[in-house]
Amino acid sequence: MATVTSEPALAVRGAMTPLPYRVARKRRENHDNWTLELEPVDEAIEPIGPGQFTMLYAFGVGEVPISTSGDLEHDGTTLVHTIRAVGAVTKALCAAGAGDVLGVRGPFGNTWPVDAAHGRDLVVVGGGVGLPPLRPIVYHALRHRKDFERVVVLYGGRTPDDLLFRRELDRWRGRLDGNVDVTVDAAGSDWTGKVGVVTKLIPQAAFDPETAVCYVVGPEIMMRFTARALIDRGVTRDRIWISMERTMRCGVGLCGHCQLGPTLICRDGPVYRLDELAPLLEVPEL
Amino acid sequence: MRTLDALITESPVFRGLEQDQLDLVAGCASNVTFDAGERLFGEGDPADTFYLVRHGIVAVDTYVPNRGQLTIETAGPGEIVGWSWLVPPYRWHFTGRAVEAVRAVQFDGACLRQKCEDDPLLGYDLLTRFAQVLVSRLEATHFQLMDVYGDRNE
Repeated sequence: MATVTSEPALAVRGAMTPLPYRVARKRRENHDNWTLELEPVDEAIEPIGPGQFTMLYAFGVGEVPISTSGDLEHDGTTLVHTIRAVGAVTKALCAAGAGDVLGVRGPFGNTWPVDAAHGRDLVVVGGGVGLPPLRPIVYHALRHRKDFERVVVLYGGRTPDDLLFRRELDRWRGRLDGNVDVTVDAAGSDWTGKVGVVTKLIPQAAFDPETAVCYVVGPEIMMRFTARALIDRGVTRDRIWISMERTMRCGVGLCGHCQLGPTLICRDGPVYRLDELAPLLEVPEL
Repeated sequence: MRTLDALITESPVFRGLEQDQLDLVAGCASNVTFDAGERLFGEGDPADTFYLVRHGIVAVDTYVPNRGQLTIETAGPGEIVGWSWLVPPYRWHFTGRAVEAVRAVQFDGACLRQKCEDDPLLGYDLLTRFAQVLVSRLEATHFQLMDVYGDRNE
């Protein structure tokens, strides 16, 4: 089931004991999402890869897994995480201000196989807060533009107010020949963009379904619908990659909270090729 | 300048129609333009037309008390707006508005209904094609109703 890397992370520095990181910068993305830039107080964790996550610890409150959303070839030891304030821990993390110290364990999980799209069209499809884990792929594609044919970003949100990285999406549109398309599920009449589910963007998106490699992140139901739309367009399951989310606690494959059938998402995932994971997604009990 | 036939077959809904069927459909069609903000049709009005969007975005709106005018979907180039012309009582369920300048092919629904009555093969073919439009709208609506991006606890 393991796809890219599946070595237990126990031996990794900072795997079990949180290392202190200071909030260097904090940016509000929308009404309930913040991006934190964290710098190591002393020792840094191992370099994080696209698709990987860390366990972020709000001292005295708790720990949650958060994917990197940074420009990994630029950030150095700085960690960039975009967090939605939705529960006690994420609210505490988002309430942290510049200078505050958080705990970091990781990095955990496998990485997006971006090389699989070399010489082909690269398509990312994000839903809601699924865009941040895909952002490192886009940054990579922008830095290595010649390695890919068309680069396509499709993004769906709940309402215009819920969209993330709006100015950045406009910049990407300019650099990716306009191949950035955004839609929302509902909007007021002042919204001049598209309204409809993210799967509606797929039939007309500018990519070659015979060769394109697709990376999809969002709620599990959104990924299922998106995968179906991509397959209807002609993309084969072995060229669709998704990132899974389950309750993660230890991050190193010990506690079993994130088990999905025979696979532990924190250790074997979170990135999976659709043809490897699809049979499990069809089992309601899982 | 492309003929109406050529414009119509750009839409997946009409792709693959036989030439004689295409001629019948094109006989009920005309080119139209709308300025940004202009209304294409209004909720409750008789639904005598439908549109194939060629350029621009059409918003399908409805008024929700205390929330104002809400857009429930948009249609862009190649997409069809309107199916109310197909089923009684032939009244628009929503309001259509040009978000930006729109060029479209407008179809006379009453004209097309009559041609379908006269030519059941054409009627069956068109009904099958519009059923696909309706199914995809229904699926999209189900997806929207799930509110998959809504709040979730960690």
